[in-house]
Amino acid sequence: MTLLLLLHLGLAALGPVVMRVMGRYAFLVLALAPAASFCWLVAQSSQVAQGGSVVEVVSWVPSLDLELAFRLTTLQWVFALLVTGIGAIVLVYCTWYFDADDEGLGRFALNFTGFAGAMLGLVVADDLLLLYVFWELTTVFSYLLIGHRPERRADRRAALQALIVTTAGGLAMLVGLILIGNEAGTYRISEILAAPPTGAAVTAGVTLALVGAVSKSALVPFHFWLPGAMVAPTPVSAYLHAAAMVKAGVYLVALFAPAFADIGPWRPMVLGLGAATMALGAWHALRQSDLKLLLAHGTVSQLGFLVAIVGLGTRSAALAGVAMVVAHALFKASLFLVVGIIDRVTGTRDLRELSGLARSMPLVAATGLVAAASMAAIPPVAGFVAKESVFIAFVDVGATPDGDGTGIGPIVAGIVLAALVAGSALTVAYTARFAWGAFATKRGVSATEPAPVAAGFVAAPAMLGLLSIALGFAGAAETALIEPYAVAFPPGAHVPDLALWHGLEPALALSVVAVLGGLALFVLRDRVERLQARTVPMVDAGRAYDTLMRGLDRLAVEVTGTTQRGSLPIYLAVILVVVVVLPGGALVLGGAWGVDVRAWDVPAQALIGGLIVAAAVLATRARRRLKAVVLLGVTGYGTALLFLLHGAPDLALTQVLVETVTIVVFVLVMRRLPVYFSDRPLTSSRWGRLGIGLLAGTAVAGFVLSATSARIAEPVSEDFPAEAVSFGGGKNIVNVTLVDIRAWDTLGEISVLAVAATGVASMVFVHTRRAGIARPAEGPTIAARRRATGDDYRNTWLRGGRTLTPERRSIIFEVVTRLSFHTMIVFSLFLLFAGHNNPGGGFAGGLVAGLALMVRYLAAGRYELDEAAPVDAGLVLGLGLVVATGTGLMALLFGGEVLQSAVIDLTVPLLGEVHLVTSIFFDIGVYLVVVGLMLDVLRSLGSGVDRLADDDEEGEPAEREPEVVGGVG
Amino acid sequence: MTANLTLVLTASALVAAGVYLLLERSLTRVLIGIILISNGVNVAFLVTGGRAGGAPIVGVTEPARMSDPLPQAMVLTAIVITLGLTAFLLAMAYRSWQLTGHDDVQDDVEDAAIRRLAESDAGSSSYDDTDDDASPPEARP
Repeated sequence: MTLLLLLHLGLAALGPVVMRVMGRYAFLVLALAPAASFCWLVAQSSQVAQGGSVVEVVSWVPSLDLELAFRLTTLQWVFALLVTGIGAIVLVYCTWYFDADDEGLGRFALNFTGFAGAMLGLVVADDLLLLYVFWELTTVFSYLLIGHRPERRADRRAALQALIVTTAGGLAMLVGLILIGNEAGTYRISEILAAPPTGAAVTAGVTLALVGAVSKSALVPFHFWLPGAMVAPTPVSAYLHAAAMVKAGVYLVALFAPAFADIGPWRPMVLGLGAATMALGAWHALRQSDLKLLLAHGTVSQLGFLVAIVGLGTRSAALAGVAMVVAHALFKASLFLVVGIIDRVTGTRDLRELSGLARSMPLVAATGLVAAASMAAIPPVAGFVAKESVFIAFVDVGATPDGDGTGIGPIVAGIVLAALVAGSALTVAYTARFAWGAFATKRGVSATEPAPVAAGFVAAPAMLGLLSIALGFAGAAETALIEPYAVAFPPGAHVPDLALWHGLEPALALSVVAVLGGLALFVLRDRVERLQARTVPMVDAGRAYDTLMRGLDRLAVEVTGTTQRGSLPIYLAVILVVVVVLPGGALVLGGAWGVDVRAWDVPAQALIGGLIVAAAVLATRARRRLKAVVLLGVTGYGTALLFLLHGAPDLALTQVLVETVTIVVFVLVMRRLPVYFSDRPLTSSRWGRLGIGLLAGTAVAGFVLSATSARIAEPVSEDFPAEAVSFGGGKNIVNVTLVDIRAWDTLGEISVLAVAATGVASMVFVHTRRAGIARPAEGPTIAARRRATGDDYRNTWLRGGRTLTPERRSIIFEVVTRLSFHTMIVFSLFLLFAGHNNPGGGFAGGLVAGLALMVRYLAAGRYELDEAAPVDAGLVLGLGLVVATGTGLMALLFGGEVLQSAVIDLTVPLLGEVHLVTSIFFDIGVYLVVVGLMLDVLRSLGSGVDRLADDDEEGEPAEREPEVVGGVG
Repeated sequence: MTANLTLVLTASALVAAGVYLLLERSLTRVLIGIILISNGVNVAFLVTGGRAGGAPIVGVTEPARMSDPLPQAMVLTAIVITLGLTAFLLAMAYRSWQLTGHDDVQDDVEDAAIRRLAESDAGSSSYDDTDDDASPPEARP
């Protein structure tokens, strides 16, 4: 069974591809999945008929006791045969139903095959949760199939309505299934049915599960979604109404009936809702003029009938119920397929426009009439045999004192039976309306001229029609096959059997009454129509659903309007207040207050701390942007000093470099932004911000003190010095931590840097992340002068300087830059390689290299930057990531863990002993990523902003896509 | 373990000043606030790392006298990430200036529209949008 499900899944996934290759004949390939499953099921028939079962269990999530448990007994076998058999026939039918150039066929193929697979899984699942998974899968697939043409509003609405209604029921069912499973101590369905749990929780659980079944099977009050769903392509409707989706609810009722039919709310629900649905659906079907809609309402009616009979819970009802399910599947699929043919070849489904089809399409008409006879329960077809048995089962309930074991009194039984007979009469009436409407020659309507029908097109419904006839005569064989399911119920008033002739019994009389009543209604159809026009439905469930959805929408607007203020300060204030109130409150109420403090480690800390605090306070008060940035720099450099005093040279070094870069980048952007911050007239809110700020600061102090006092265990880093040397091969523990012990962190971090750099570039060069490379030779001044004089200006300190206007140039700066640039690059490489044993490393090295580039840019402009680094920043970033991850993965090749480092000692001529640790390559990757980030920032916020500013001056729009002036690096 | 009061106070002052700026509307101020908070949190890491000591380099400092290297590695990561964040937010501020002429964070217009709906006790069009099929399906591509 697992294999068959995988086959469905695989073919579904391949569906779009097969469809592209083979066109509509791909449906024949897809039909292989259900057809193969059908053949397998037929092969199991002898074992199942003897009351045996086929079991398959595959472990799924062992820690949760979740298993892919499947089990095939008679009930599952019957439903699975219908699901796969009708699925295969409908797929074959699709070959002729669709045109080769219909849109979305690939999607349709995927969804339909997946739907068939999900439905098969649903009926063979032997685990409550697995059953639920398949249950919701059918919901999702049916949503996609109903909304096959999403460009149409009505289709979207119908699909969404089906999804919402059945999912709501499904959720109720999930709760119910969990209640049942918990109470039983197992989720295995076979075990639960063997020893059904009892109690209030089980009663609630079963009731909730029934709600799910009722919603899925479109019973009152959820009946409105099914007629809406008929906007789907006709093959989908055929499958949905006959074998799949709505039959899931019937299956669940039939599955649980042997164990739970005697639970309090069971019979009132299934009989009450079933009978009401049958009458209501048939009454609605009678007024339809769209053939498909007529059938859809007819399905609602039949579903009510089916649920009432399979839910009754007697042995003869079980037998009759399963037979009725089979008969219904055969005739309903056949009828829908016939309507599909009529729709295709005549272009209409309106029974007021069709005329004379019995004469022009005799084969289609004959097929349709056989199926209609089965629906109306006219002998000798399957529908009659099944319905006769249903009447017998209900007569038994009414005629025996204990209600044939159900405890239903004769009056209630009489009412239910009367309702079912009335429903059957209505069924006969709408069936007659269907047969007359589709095929009869009508006066005053010109004969419809259908296009020719392909033999394959009509073969599918014809085959189902033949089966309906065959089953009518095979009552004894069918009885034997269904028997193993029926014996799960206690023996009833008499031994049930399926047959065409039971003798002159009350049931036969009821059948005759139903047929005659129905025919009378059909003959008097004009009066019935007038009556229908006068009656107004008391409660319209569809309208109630609309009202509910609008109410939900209103609620959503209110909730969103209240909580989503759309203001960043308000959101941040809420978050910060929560931080202060919840963890801060917990700290005040239950915190450890025995904190020992010391004033400082060295007195200089207090001095620097005071400086930092003063600068921070002034920064908050600054109105000039530049002033605020300089004060920010003071706090940053102060923090670096604190790091140094604490004994963290690596941090101090990195902090100084980062702070420098930060200030320069700020200034680069400040060039364009207004000098002053915009005025904030709302001074009253300043006190609020001040209050939140002070509270947050106090809370942080509390957290830090509490965290410090809570540290009682030995720090994990106690062992770092020894491990750094022996495993990491380095002496600078912080660096070894970054590239080895916590290398995953670093890998994540450089990925974030690459993303940030890309974001910066994208925001400045809106349309592309690439800046383009333009070296000084292409710059405006040089190019012009070279054309004029032929001088290539090689003999200058910085060639890029020539591209600047004289008043922007500083010759001294250019000279100093020329002299110091290479030294800085060498120093950055030194930091990179020395970092393993001394302060430094990839971050610091990369930042120094970036600063060297920055100096080149500041000294001689954007052309100089491209002269210094004629590569695309994205390339450097990517290369860095590749080197870092490559190093990490390399360890796998040598049998190590990802990111494990190895120490290699080599003797190289001239250099002597070389101590090489593989993590240096990881650090090189880090170095490259940092250089790439710096380059991207300079290109974007430096060169890019320059270029846009130049464009502005030339009167061109600032939003223009930058031209790639030179070659792209 | 005892806590270094100077560092605790410095950290909390940095956070307080940072939060005050964070609640502003100017993106530049918000960014300065974020950097201040970041510096404050980095200092707080030092406090929880324990006593000051020598540089955590084998051969330079005795292991017993070393400052704790683990928080240092974390703070180093944090410093560099803050640099990436700074660059990103500055680019955002620049882009905002390009589009609107200032770098103030605006209120979300969509949220404002929903608030107006709520105030006038109206529903959104998300459900009723699918309610009427005014134009025939053939008219759609």
